[in-house]
Amino acid sequence: MRYNGTNGIFAALIFCAQEEEAFLEERYLDNSATTPVDPEVARYALELMCQNYGNPSSLHHKGFEAQLALERARQQAASVFSADPRRIVFTGGGTDSNNLAICGTALALRRTKGRMVVNAAEHASVLKAMDWCESEGWEVVRVAPLADGTPDLEAFAAAADARTALVSCMAVNSETGAVTDLRRLSRAVKAKNPKTLVHCDAVQAFCRLELNPKTLGLDFVSASGHKINAPKGAGLLYMAPGTRVVPLLHGSGQEGGLHPGTENMPGFCALGLAAQRMQARRAELWDRYTALRARLVTKLQQIPGVCINSPEGAAPYILNLSVPGWRSETLIHYLERLGVYVSSGSACSKGARSHVLAAMGLSDARIDSALRVSLGQYNTPADLDAFAAGLQQAMAEVARK
Amino acid sequence: MKEIILIKNGEIALKGLNRGNFEDMLIKNCKRHLRSVGDFKFSKAQSTIYAAPVGEPDMDAALERLSTVYGIAALSRAAVTEKDLGAICACAGEYLADQLSAVRTFKVETKRSDKTFPLGSPQISAEVGGWLLDHFPNLRVDVHQPDLVVNVEVRDFGAYVHAGQLPGAGGIPVGSGGRAALLISGGIDSPVAGCMMARRGLEIIGVHFASPPYTSDRALHKVEQLVQKMTPWCGRIYLYVVPFTKIQELIRDNIPEDYFTLVMRRFMMRIAEGIALREDCGALVTGESVGQVASQTMQALACTDTVTALPVLRPVIGMDKEEIVERARRLDTFEISIQPYEDCCTVFTPHHPKTKPKAADLDALEQALDVEALVREAVEAAQGRVFYLE
Repeated sequence: MRYNGTNGIFAALIFCAQEEEAFLEERYLDNSATTPVDPEVARYALELMCQNYGNPSSLHHKGFEAQLALERARQQAASVFSADPRRIVFTGGGTDSNNLAICGTALALRRTKGRMVVNAAEHASVLKAMDWCESEGWEVVRVAPLADGTPDLEAFAAAADARTALVSCMAVNSETGAVTDLRRLSRAVKAKNPKTLVHCDAVQAFCRLELNPKTLGLDFVSASGHKINAPKGAGLLYMAPGTRVVPLLHGSGQEGGLHPGTENMPGFCALGLAAQRMQARRAELWDRYTALRARLVTKLQQIPGVCINSPEGAAPYILNLSVPGWRSETLIHYLERLGVYVSSGSACSKGARSHVLAAMGLSDARIDSALRVSLGQYNTPADLDAFAAGLQQAMAEVARK
Repeated sequence: MKEIILIKNGEIALKGLNRGNFEDMLIKNCKRHLRSVGDFKFSKAQSTIYAAPVGEPDMDAALERLSTVYGIAALSRAAVTEKDLGAICACAGEYLADQLSAVRTFKVETKRSDKTFPLGSPQISAEVGGWLLDHFPNLRVDVHQPDLVVNVEVRDFGAYVHAGQLPGAGGIPVGSGGRAALLISGGIDSPVAGCMMARRGLEIIGVHFASPPYTSDRALHKVEQLVQKMTPWCGRIYLYVVPFTKIQELIRDNIPEDYFTLVMRRFMMRIAEGIALREDCGALVTGESVGQVASQTMQALACTDTVTALPVLRPVIGMDKEEIVERARRLDTFEISIQPYEDCCTVFTPHHPKTKPKAADLDALEQALDVEALVREAVEAAQGRVFYLE
């Protein structure tokens, strides 16, 4: 078969992927780590690489065309928040956004280094950003989650005071799926001090949960593309009207000076399109995830020795479970040979102990055997059946510790 | 709790026989503004229009949408309840609970337009006030300077309870005064001028002059964004883009430099008038001021005025730049306007523009060009595009 130019590259890539699939049905259940790119979105990204490839800052028409695509992406992302496009800053990902919000605020308020409050179960990028603030002279209060993994809202409210500049709490926990009552959190915190800013890492919630920063009282919201079937390397930060951060990068002024550097057009535009597509299916997918989760839990309840770590009311697309006596990593490798992909703790920690589960007060045996099943839009009931069956098989064949 | 929006007309109430038409136009405009929020049923009584939601639309969004509709003096969001004293009291207590708990003094103001209701307005106020005093121990009555005024209206269709009104956008409904053509350059002033005339009831169409390659796609895109920003106030806007390069180059080649801007503006006015007449407009609108730039002296305005038969409305002519900027900020057009893209007016600027021109001199200079033919050509070549309220 002959292909030409960019179509050829793309077709060849699909061709190769299909070749490998012939051996083993892929059951990818690690969507909280990352997701496959939606082919429509990939096609659009390619268009931005090879056809509409202008630099939005160029004066000529090619630049203008690119600028229009960027405006469209910003509008698509802003619609998810029911917000004005000017509220959106495109960044290099969730980590980038979290740093910009937290460290950017710390720099903006450097003259009055007060307090920051953070949920102890946050992603490493939030915790490390807070560590940096602490090293710069800020007082950082880390609030342990409740035993069920949800943030301790009372402790948050108690820790917020007249000196508290910013609090940070994620919308959905990436390991357990625990959902934060953001409205209650922001109300409680702002009742103590109306000027306290509320930052929310919504990487695991964006386009999956209803997120209106105005009604939820959020000043900053971070999101990432590669969790919603867009390519890795692009994310965004929503900034409420009136908020101000000092940028961490210096350069030519793109993104209102907050994230300079020639815009990652394929990344940002793909993110915009993916957000629009995912948001349109939000309710439908939520129902589907709920049904899939119920099916899985039923199957798991029939396997003795399996316990569920995720709390009641957790997001249906993340399920954390433990199999005390077996090691997570061994189970993961066993399952991958059956084509089933899951993770233990957060992917970023590369197998290190889950600080989230530890913060929840779980026993060592439970932490060491924790597995996370996270659903995406392409998962089917068969994927979950394969996981359950595979897990049962693993428990039978693999030696206990 | 079932809610309703009360829309109070201001000036319309003065219009006598025309009132019905004005109100119908206002209702039509309100409907269009609320289309993206949800379904509303409209009814009218005395000088109030009622917008009752069908289903459960976002009422905050509805109020925001109505806050930019000209012809509305005030807006209230009210709870609907039965015309029964007990129900009214309970409704007031529930609907306004947050506000009532947060204030110390209040009073009740009742309007009773349904004369069949057994109690008179003062009695209703007394009863409701008494009930609220019983249920909110923090409250005292103060009839002179209360923190909160609880409004009760007993109308034919039902009873409404609300506290406070939002100011409306004022003015008269767009479309009730005819149509006008706005010369829109991309600067700060023209969008403000357009909205000010829309506020007096005029439907606005836009006329913009483009001179590629001297002006860019981005300059046009900027104007399109401005027009879109005007739609919440002006309603649907047709924008005509006139290809102006040929005329500008002919001016540069045939007219003395000091008169460039003046002749250019005269051409713009003639072309705008041509489009205006074709589109049934009764006036032109510009963002001209006096004294802001060299070409905007009284004498210069006199020279541009003489070329058109239609009246030229210049609503910002008496305003300071700061005032115009403030209005532009409120319209949310300011940030777009200050983007630095060349527009026609800055393309061939003379070093020493004539500040006290005489119309007779300009007429003479323009003999070098076939003005009528150029104007006709430009009017015919204008490309129209419509911008709808989103």
